[in-house]
Amino acid sequence: MTLQTVLLVAAALFSIGLYGAISQQVVVMVMMGLELMINGLILAAASFWWFLSPDPSGQVLLMVIIAAMTVEMAMGFAVATLLHRDHEADMTDMAGDLSE
Amino acid sequence: MFVDILFWVMAVVAVVMGAAVFVVDSMARATYALALSFVAVGVQVLLLHQDYVGVIVILMMVMEMAVMAVYMVMFMGMNPALMPMSMVHDKRKALAASTALFVTLAAGALLVPWPTRRGTPSADTTRALGEALMSSKMLVMTVVSPVMVATIVAGVVIASKRSRYDRLGDDLRGAPDDPQRGGVGR
Repeated sequence: MTLQTVLLVAAALFSIGLYGAISQQVVVMVMMGLELMINGLILAAASFWWFLSPDPSGQVLLMVIIAAMTVEMAMGFAVATLLHRDHEADMTDMAGDLSE
Repeated sequence: MFVDILFWVMAVVAVVMGAAVFVVDSMARATYALALSFVAVGVQVLLLHQDYVGVIVILMMVMEMAVMAVYMVMFMGMNPALMPMSMVHDKRKALAASTALFVTLAAGALLVPWPTRRGTPSADTTRALGEALMSSKMLVMTVVSPVMVATIVAGVVIASKRSRYDRLGDDLRGAPDDPQRGGVGR
């Protein structure tokens, strides 16, 4: 386990997440893609912390990343609920009004 | 040696399950795959000696995937375990973009001359994190907390079906537009 190998795994997770976020049509699946990207980010940040500068500041930064992920999920679910209630939509293509 | 083996097993689980999210044909399976991927990353974070963060990632993600499963049953109007589905657009472009990104990131990870480690980790990293959050990094806690509260409020406001503004108008001074009048009819 070296910095490079952990970063490779993190890069793979981030790239898979990007594929999902771009290609999926169901809102929840897009959110899963975003989650995977943040998953890779957590791993990369954790490895930078351990292999480069293991003082508590890095851990605090990781906590902020995790908090950002929670906020993203909560707001994503809320917007998806609103979309579903408003026009029975669960696909991104049916939610064109979000881009206007 | 044991740590290396465990790391590689968890790395394979994390990546394979992450890919499975977009390969399996039902959303329930996708949710479980994502949960497994997160647990594997949590274990890897534990291997990197961040006990608190690793445990938080595992606990939070298992709960979040449970919420996601409930959400699907509520809104997708189907039994997610039984309903095969594949709803994608621009699959080829997305695949090309993510492959290019992976190649770029991997090249960066392997080619950059990373510096050597500066400083030594404290004996108890969880304690060090707690002390940092309660002293020099207090600002982070004080900023994250209101953000969380704002998220709860915004989530409820966006998702609620009928708020007081729908009942009483934008200035909250109109007559309530209720289907049935409240009170005891006096």
